[in-house]
Amino acid sequence: MAEILVKNGFVVDPTNKIDGEKMDIAIKDGKIVKKVNERKAKIIDASGLTVMAGGVDIHSHIAGAEVNMGRLIRPEDHYKDAVRKTKLTRSGTGYSIPSTFVTGYRYSTMGYTTVMNGSFAPLKAKHVHEELNDIPLLDKGTYPLLGDWWFVLENLAKGDIEECARHVAWMMQSTKGYAIKVVNPGGLESWGFGHNVHSIDDQVPNFCITPREIVRGLIKVDKMLNLPHTIHLHTNNLGQPGNYKTTLDTMRAIEDLSTDGKPVAHITHIQFASFAGDDWGKFRSGADEISKYINAHNHITLDMGQVIFTDTTTMTADGPFEYTLYTLSGHKWVNSDVETEASGGIIPFTYKKNNAVNAIQWSIGLEIALLVKDPWKIFMTTDHPNGGPFMSYPRVLAWLMSKKAREATLKRCHKKAQKKSLLPSIDRELSLYELAIVTRAGTAKALGMPNKGHLGVGADGDVAIFNINPETTDIAKKYKAVRKAFKESVYTIKDGKIVAKDGEVVDNTTPGRTMWVDVKTKQPCIINEEMKRKFREYWSIEYENYPVSDHYVKVSDKLTVEASV
Amino acid sequence: MITLTPLRNFDVPVHASCINPDEFKSKTLKEIAELPVTEGNRNLTLSDLFKIEQDKTETPSITLNGDFKKVKRVGQGMKTGEIIINGNAGMHTGERMAGGKIVINGNADSWTGSEMKAGTIEIHGDAGDYLASPYRGSGTGVKGGYIIVDGSVGNEVGCYLKGGVIKIKGNAGIFLGYHMTDGAIYVEKQCSSRTGAAMTGGKIILAGTVTELMPSFTIDSIKPKVKVDATQSVAGPFYVFLGDLADHGTGKLFVSKTNNPQLAFYEKYL
Repeated sequence: MAEILVKNGFVVDPTNKIDGEKMDIAIKDGKIVKKVNERKAKIIDASGLTVMAGGVDIHSHIAGAEVNMGRLIRPEDHYKDAVRKTKLTRSGTGYSIPSTFVTGYRYSTMGYTTVMNGSFAPLKAKHVHEELNDIPLLDKGTYPLLGDWWFVLENLAKGDIEECARHVAWMMQSTKGYAIKVVNPGGLESWGFGHNVHSIDDQVPNFCITPREIVRGLIKVDKMLNLPHTIHLHTNNLGQPGNYKTTLDTMRAIEDLSTDGKPVAHITHIQFASFAGDDWGKFRSGADEISKYINAHNHITLDMGQVIFTDTTTMTADGPFEYTLYTLSGHKWVNSDVETEASGGIIPFTYKKNNAVNAIQWSIGLEIALLVKDPWKIFMTTDHPNGGPFMSYPRVLAWLMSKKAREATLKRCHKKAQKKSLLPSIDRELSLYELAIVTRAGTAKALGMPNKGHLGVGADGDVAIFNINPETTDIAKKYKAVRKAFKESVYTIKDGKIVAKDGEVVDNTTPGRTMWVDVKTKQPCIINEEMKRKFREYWSIEYENYPVSDHYVKVSDKLTVEASV
Repeated sequence: MITLTPLRNFDVPVHASCINPDEFKSKTLKEIAELPVTEGNRNLTLSDLFKIEQDKTETPSITLNGDFKKVKRVGQGMKTGEIIINGNAGMHTGERMAGGKIVINGNADSWTGSEMKAGTIEIHGDAGDYLASPYRGSGTGVKGGYIIVDGSVGNEVGCYLKGGVIKIKGNAGIFLGYHMTDGAIYVEKQCSSRTGAAMTGGKIILAGTVTELMPSFTIDSIKPKVKVDATQSVAGPFYVFLGDLADHGTGKLFVSKTNNPQLAFYEKYL
């Protein structure tokens, strides 16, 4: 289908400041164009429906060794959610860690067209790309974990930012990554020795460096390399009571690095980093403090990491945090140390309404999302699958747009959480326009993707059409209907092809592209005998075999950037 | 009462979670005949595989005559009513049941009564592995209910038990009561090794011989008799062991003193 005309829909496109205007969207050869030949084009009658750009998810663990290990240890997660094959689609399993094909289908039927994989250890890059290749109907990208890579630590400890930048550029090309991911900077390296760092000024063993220096150094590297996205940061002390102070310290430590008012860091799943109180008994929300800071500053973007009350699987490169979860839950636990790069852990977890801590966590995510006034600063995620599976996004959207929906859930939560929650005092209800920002326009902007998240001429032909009539529906009151509408898009169009219709996948020929950044440095990274020697001694993969070669990526979407070093 | 009789022998598994009193209630015979079942990868209706008859008696609600060994998930999630199986029952019988009664006049296959919350299952033959245990990998144990087995049971029975009572009149396999936190298990005859591994609560009563006791259990006392539930207590004497210490558990393991002279050396630690 080369040409499509979406007629008479209510278009919500915050990037181009269009709020519910009735207009037509024309798509030709996979791009949005001014107009198409009406007689030749396939006409989609969208009257009474809302038309948005395809959704862009900024942080979701959908592929890689960690995700696969999660699948492996959770047979009980799959057998209750088996997906049958159809004539077009393949079979698979869900629930919290769906198989690759099911991931693509489920995102697509919710109107998503771009999903960024939250993290991966560079050593496992080939595995990640094999899985990304298998996720259909979506454009994908992935963030290599570089915050605890020995070469980064060594060069930053030496103070040689330029050399560090060249190494990061080499790694970005070698692993076909999209942005620098930093998880618990310094903590992952310490975890290799059974320790953790507890503030941004703690020393990392053996490296004479602190988390503060790692974060600041990598932000400078990110700028030197002109990467499209800022650094993607998972803060220290994540998931520990009282950690909002560490989060504030981290944000303050990088204030001066933003020179033009643009963000320099994206702090991911902020909910897990906004805990107040001295221990689990005195656990309370730090949402107020965090949102006040964010409202007064412009150098940070956030995503929610909202908690859903369900059985899910937590997986993160933050090994010490998973150990804390293990001591709390006693559930089966996977622990790993990835050679010179990262650590990792996986634990199944059930968030319960009648558990005070879980219920307060649920409240924190929503509180921050609502208290941060500018929707371009905080985006909707559940840190899939850590807070809950991505299929729950419509429920999160319902809580954001309807006080009634929030009250309905809060009243069934633990009494302590009800008493401590700030939600009853918050009247804000997000409009469709704001929902479009937190799910597509804002995320695309933060990721530096000029062709995504909007419907202007020249944008990718990714469109989602939902059964919401903004003229006749009060979304705050009819939140159940809107929730259902976001669960099953009427149409999802990917690259100018209709891929899903009324919640069913109707196309299996669109594999989706893998976006990665090819950084051209002025001087190449010095690959001397010393580096090869280190590879031989410290890695299980030789230097020559380490990079992901081009043929590994099925549909490659290379973004070439010129670095300033 | 609805009576179902297989029309032929089944070679491949039949999934029939619709055989359930709650499902049959308020349905006509014709509607019942059209309920969906699968045989292998084929979608069929109940009447394709079974002869369905109805009569006026109230209890039991459903009678199954014949060999149902290949028929899985009978009575899954049932809340009320009674099912009598005159023959062998298949896997996952009574899974997640929340009330009512299932009587099996034959042998039961694996995962019978898995994740059940309430109700009664009577097995007048042997039971397979994973009786009253969750599916592999899961920690969702039985929360309540009553299971009685006249014969022997297989391995990993009563895993993650959180409540309810299991009475076994025959032998039990390895890993009985693995990871249990509450509830009671009673075995009359021989019990194999690794009983109560990783248990943190509840009680296991072994009136017969014991092959081997886990080293992570410590002797606490000797009791003349022990109560299984409100209706039954067993005369001893019994050694009382506490464990599993490897998991800081305080579960109780009662082992018959008379039938296990090999455990007498524990008495010096009392």
